[in-house]
Amino acid sequence: MNSARRLRLRIFRITVFLVMGAFFLVPIGAMFEFSTRGNSLTAPRTLDTWTAIIKVPDLVQAISVSLQLAVITSVAMLALLLPTMVWVRLRLPALRRIIEFICLLPLTVPAIALVVGMVPLYRWIKINVSESILMLAFAYLVLVLPYSYRTLDAGLASIDLKTLTEAARSLGAGWGTVMLRVVVPNMSTAILNACLLSVALVLGEFTFANLLLYENLQVAILYQSFVSAGTSIAVAVAALMFAFVLLLILSFVGRPRERVARAEEAA
Amino acid sequence: MTSAGIPAVKAAARPTGGGRRLRLSWLGVVPFFAYVGVFLLLPTVIIAAGSFAAKDGSLTISNFTSINQPYLVKSFVNGAVVSVVSALAGGFAGALLAYAVVTGSPRGLLRRAVTSASGVLAQFGGVTLAFAFLATLGTTGVVTIFLKDHGIDIFPNGVWLYELSGLTLLYAYFQIPLMVLVFLPALDGIRPQWREATESLGGTTWHYWRYVAGPLLAPSFLGCTLLLFANAFSAYATAQALISQGNLIVPLAISNLLTSETGRAQPGLAKALALSMILIVTIVTVLYAVLQQRSARWLR
Repeated sequence: MNSARRLRLRIFRITVFLVMGAFFLVPIGAMFEFSTRGNSLTAPRTLDTWTAIIKVPDLVQAISVSLQLAVITSVAMLALLLPTMVWVRLRLPALRRIIEFICLLPLTVPAIALVVGMVPLYRWIKINVSESILMLAFAYLVLVLPYSYRTLDAGLASIDLKTLTEAARSLGAGWGTVMLRVVVPNMSTAILNACLLSVALVLGEFTFANLLLYENLQVAILYQSFVSAGTSIAVAVAALMFAFVLLLILSFVGRPRERVARAEEAA
Repeated sequence: MTSAGIPAVKAAARPTGGGRRLRLSWLGVVPFFAYVGVFLLLPTVIIAAGSFAAKDGSLTISNFTSINQPYLVKSFVNGAVVSVVSALAGGFAGALLAYAVVTGSPRGLLRRAVTSASGVLAQFGGVTLAFAFLATLGTTGVVTIFLKDHGIDIFPNGVWLYELSGLTLLYAYFQIPLMVLVFLPALDGIRPQWREATESLGGTTWHYWRYVAGPLLAPSFLGCTLLLFANAFSAYATAQALISQGNLIVPLAISNLLTSETGRAQPGLAKALALSMILIVTIVTVLYAVLQQRSARWLR
């Protein structure tokens, strides 16, 4: 590579990173700025909008509900998906393509379209089962299906499932022991990743809750913005930071394992 | 190494399984199929069946013919415009960013930071995104005020943030990171040797991009842009939080039909719109998959 081209490439890269950095960081910074504004433009900075969050019962309620939904969805996702995927890999390999297709289906069905079909379903659930907002977890499970499937599938692919389960079974372990004490510990990273992704998705979910007439965190934030823009932006930033930390953990937790795999590959 | 042994193991294991075990083993996937049946397939069936049903339950295509109203046609056109523009703009900007990333160190901190951030930001739609841009470019937004203080009025002809152009700008915010994520693998497939070969044959940078890298990357770029189109076309939360009224794009029209409190709720029409959206997104996604396969021939 000659020096003129190297210089041009350098200028190109710096320009791209600066422009993109500004485009992506300024709006997030602006939210911080906006949420710490006083009553007028000349007023000193305050954290009033942030402390006001806990004084709005609707917001506190919505935060609590969304956290519960996130936990329920993650647990239900693991309980439904992991045994099924293990079972299919071991006993029904012919079904693997079908399961994969079904799990990835929600990626091509827009949430706004899917919710149209869920409205009658949830009307029935509200009348016959429960009016609790926690029922939303059933719908959220559909949303997290593609991401969880991919993550868990990668995890399962990285372990020798057949040998492990056969060894455990021949030592007298039941299927419960196999799942909890052999499969889960061996793919803890993938399971953690799937859970973190699910939590992040549920905390950011708006479409289903809004159109099925439930008030989760995002819906509450939108309502709050009609009352106080500052407070709603403060909650939004807080939720965003929380999701960001989760995903940051995810991107670092995933790494050591990869390195091990790569080292094994090389050996 | 061990692959030679595996078929033998399988063959040996099969007879012991027996017919009974096979039939019982289907029970293991019953919970999954039961759940998926109720919460994924049933809603889809409800949409498909409902879009062909009249209010009294009889078979009709009137739901589809009534899409042909000016405001609904306009919402389809608007949705397509926002999606095409944000897909092309996001596609080009994302490709530039991805190229800036691959020309750096493959294991470097910068690359890791950009891919991690892209993973987060590609999902960053909805209420928070709308707020972020209101705080930036709203009438009292940071950038708006800053520019006004320096004599630049970004809204000389009225506030465009709540219109199609504003929506397109917001969509770019999650389209660019998505492009980075899906286009990076294709760029990784480009070999430095191809450039060296071009140069040793007397080719310039222009020749390289026009006759070597360009044609190789084109199918993948086009495919990724289609994915971006589908992504933008399906987006609802951002538009709802930013605009909150009217039928600017199809998702907003569907939402209004579902929640209309004035007794004008038309579930049949909403289902027909939903089915049309699913069809459009499915076709675009299939095209994406085909193009990805095509480009995978060279770039792996």
